[in-house]
Amino acid sequence: MDRRHFLKLAGSIPVVSLAPALMTRVAWAATPSGADYRKPLILIELKGGNDGLNTLVPYANPTYYALRPKIGIPREQVVQLSDSVGLHPALEPLLPLWKNRELAVLQGVGYPAPNLSHFRSIEIWDTASRSEEYLQDGWLTRAFGAAPTPKSFAADGVIIGSPDLGPLAGGGTRAIALANTEQFLRQARLATVEGQSRNKALSHILKVEADIMQAASHLGASHAFTTEFPQGGFGNAIKTASQIVANEAGVAVVRVTLSGFDTHSGQPGTQARLLGELAGGVVALKSALVELGKWNDTLVLTYAEFGRRPKENLSNGTDHGTASAHFALGGRVAGGMYGEQPSLDRLSGDGNPGYAIDFRSVYATALDRWWGVPSSGPLGGTFTPLPILRA
Amino acid sequence: MTLLTHSSRNALAGASLGAALSLLFLLAPSAAASSTDVLSYDDARHLLNRAGFGATEAEIQRTVGMTREKATRILLDGARTSPVTPPPAWTAETGPLRYPRRGIDSIDAEKKIFQQEQVREGLELRGWWVGEMLATTSPLTERMTLFWHNHFVSSQQKVKLAELMYRQNATLRANALGNFGEMLHAIARDPAMVIYLDNAQNRKGSPNENFAREVMELFTLGEGNYSEQDIKEAARAFTGWSLDRNTGQFVFRRFIHDDGMKTVLNRAGYLDGDQVLDILLAQPATAEFITRKLWREFVSPDLDEPAIRRIADRFRNSRYDIKVALHGIFTSDAFYAKQNRAVLVKSPIELVVGTLRQFGMKPGEALPFAVAAAGMGQNLFAPPNVKGWPGQETWINASTLLARKQFLERLFRGDEPANRMMPGTEAPAAVIADAGMTGALPRQAIQPQGALDPEKARQIRFLRAMERGMSGIPFSSDAWMAQFDASRGANSRNNSASRLLLATAPQSIQDAGGEPLAQVRALVLDAAYQLK
Repeated sequence: MDRRHFLKLAGSIPVVSLAPALMTRVAWAATPSGADYRKPLILIELKGGNDGLNTLVPYANPTYYALRPKIGIPREQVVQLSDSVGLHPALEPLLPLWKNRELAVLQGVGYPAPNLSHFRSIEIWDTASRSEEYLQDGWLTRAFGAAPTPKSFAADGVIIGSPDLGPLAGGGTRAIALANTEQFLRQARLATVEGQSRNKALSHILKVEADIMQAASHLGASHAFTTEFPQGGFGNAIKTASQIVANEAGVAVVRVTLSGFDTHSGQPGTQARLLGELAGGVVALKSALVELGKWNDTLVLTYAEFGRRPKENLSNGTDHGTASAHFALGGRVAGGMYGEQPSLDRLSGDGNPGYAIDFRSVYATALDRWWGVPSSGPLGGTFTPLPILRA
Repeated sequence: MTLLTHSSRNALAGASLGAALSLLFLLAPSAAASSTDVLSYDDARHLLNRAGFGATEAEIQRTVGMTREKATRILLDGARTSPVTPPPAWTAETGPLRYPRRGIDSIDAEKKIFQQEQVREGLELRGWWVGEMLATTSPLTERMTLFWHNHFVSSQQKVKLAELMYRQNATLRANALGNFGEMLHAIARDPAMVIYLDNAQNRKGSPNENFAREVMELFTLGEGNYSEQDIKEAARAFTGWSLDRNTGQFVFRRFIHDDGMKTVLNRAGYLDGDQVLDILLAQPATAEFITRKLWREFVSPDLDEPAIRRIADRFRNSRYDIKVALHGIFTSDAFYAKQNRAVLVKSPIELVVGTLRQFGMKPGEALPFAVAAAGMGQNLFAPPNVKGWPGQETWINASTLLARKQFLERLFRGDEPANRMMPGTEAPAAVIADAGMTGALPRQAIQPQGALDPEKARQIRFLRAMERGMSGIPFSSDAWMAQFDASRGANSRNNSASRLLLATAPQSIQDAGGEPLAQVRALVLDAAYQLK
């Protein structure tokens, strides 16, 4: 029996697939690097550059209201987390997580010499490069290159709802991009062959075909959640992410994208809608992970190419900025406030604040502390992990 | 200043004459063509596919039996400097550029109109270029124009104005198989480039080093052949090389030019930008850097340094006649060597345009195919960054491979156009790049769900139109298969088709003897079809 037939058969076994479970156990022991990829990482990209200052609002700072006379969030609407900052009202559903100390707020996440172009800045984030350095591989691609995931995994990572592989771009990773599992399974039928060749290019293509087939053979079963997922694109993406985490074979990372944060004009309505979708999605995600018994073994991180300019523009919006607020969530997250609120009194020539947390420290946390993968190689330098995880 | 520029221009004119002479000499047929110099079917196929887009059976048959020398000369002599298809009408418009007013009095509506206009024109431009690739009598000209687009990178994402992207494209085509030195001088003055690499912001006293850095690192010498100090000095030489925002023409602003003493690569003087470019051209590293890149494009990702140096020497001695370099490549033993067959991955554009040309498919609209290529990771006029598309194996990941296969599957779904694309059939994994201005949007991510904002609704309408545009291209697999000799049975006919379509043996087991359409589909969906 060839491998393809075997996979087909394995996939058609109605009992929760036995074969991958067996393969998995062997593979855990065989993971040479000591990395523990059984704990998935879920990345949520806030595409377009979410406005951090209206996400985590410094409601006690008069400079904030002076910079934002029109779009500033009124003090009485802020979901207060401390005596100086609070959440955008649309993020109120996150309050139970905050009270449960499962939500870490990372203030002022950015990098030196920030670039204000969407394309370039997200490339810097995705490849974890320095501002003036062009790297080809994503930071997770390099991490998986240094410490591979078990061969039995359905994939290294699954990218939901975006063709752009972001942190998984570049050679070697088993990254699957899909919109939803059903559609992927239909498409995957076009992958028909695997094998090896001395021809490097051909060998690469055959490997990618094999990756598609392997993912398709494991991601087939859809878990029946009692959790109700929000309607709409992001809710569907969160549902797909939950199904992927539910698969027996394992996937180290899932990336979902929420787009539309490039709010140059009419920001208040747009951002409120998007943050509402984010909060609803995250709450559903927690519920689904609790159902799976994986909430304690999943780390959720948000990221974006940049934040936005503190001073509002003339169109009720904000222009491209630099450092921004982000979230870390999960059953093992040590909830609380980290970093520093950007100083609004010391803005750069283009009107943007400095950063408090280098985004590569956030990555180092995921690599060193979450998975046990030494981060200095993949990140091209030593970045101190953040103390945001409980043992 | 003007004087210096003039003299450097004259030097270049002299260079061209020298180049023409050396070309004559180099292209003179060798005394006796050895038998290995005569192109077999596989050799001819290899040459035409590597130097063009998906050669047809008839084109290959015409080339079989020629010497390498003759076949190469036909390719080089057929090179064009202008397109065969008329560019979009707006490229002929003169008058001021249509920027929105700047600053406080620029209102949102005005900006929006500007942006939509540029998106529309950018799409027209992409459709036009793909149409030109389909129609041209010299596929090599378009391959080289694309090669230089990926070398002298500019992107509409930053440049915004489609008109300037068109003008750059025309400059690249005019010089695509001309003189590299002249092209470098022209590109340094190219308005899109001046914007893309920020030279418009490069002024005396506050130099912007972006152009000076990339011209050394990516356009001429390559990393390791210059110092940071060279970049700083060269940047001063390019101060004042700017753009007239009203006409969109290059302008030299003498009042912000630094006319002081500079030292670049150990050459000191009151250097201006043209002189710095000539210093860069005088370095052997430049000829080697360009030849290496041509090698990767046409021969193999594995570099044969001695062979590259030989070609680079001739290239430099010809004062950078690009035809000399290409001649060196297309007549070399390495180009035809067994180990260099089927080792290159087709770019999305090569896959899309090559398939249409190979099967004689003539779409009424080319834009849907530009969009299809964008969905596979190659959005014309919008390379990802200044380094361009990295190419080769990076073209293929799970997402792009499925996008490629779906494109091919849909193209060969049925013989009747109506069957090939029925309304309501599954949407392709096609993405649009939102006209290259705001990044790629996945088809799946914008499926209707609940209330749609007008922008999303517009994008969905656009994508549906693109999908419709891929249908209805007349193609008969029976007629196509009939071009192969069937006197020895269906099997030999299928083998002929395989030999034409695949650069190496098929990887999936072929079900010989099936229907023509099934045969064609099996071949184009084979992993080997992704290679050239």
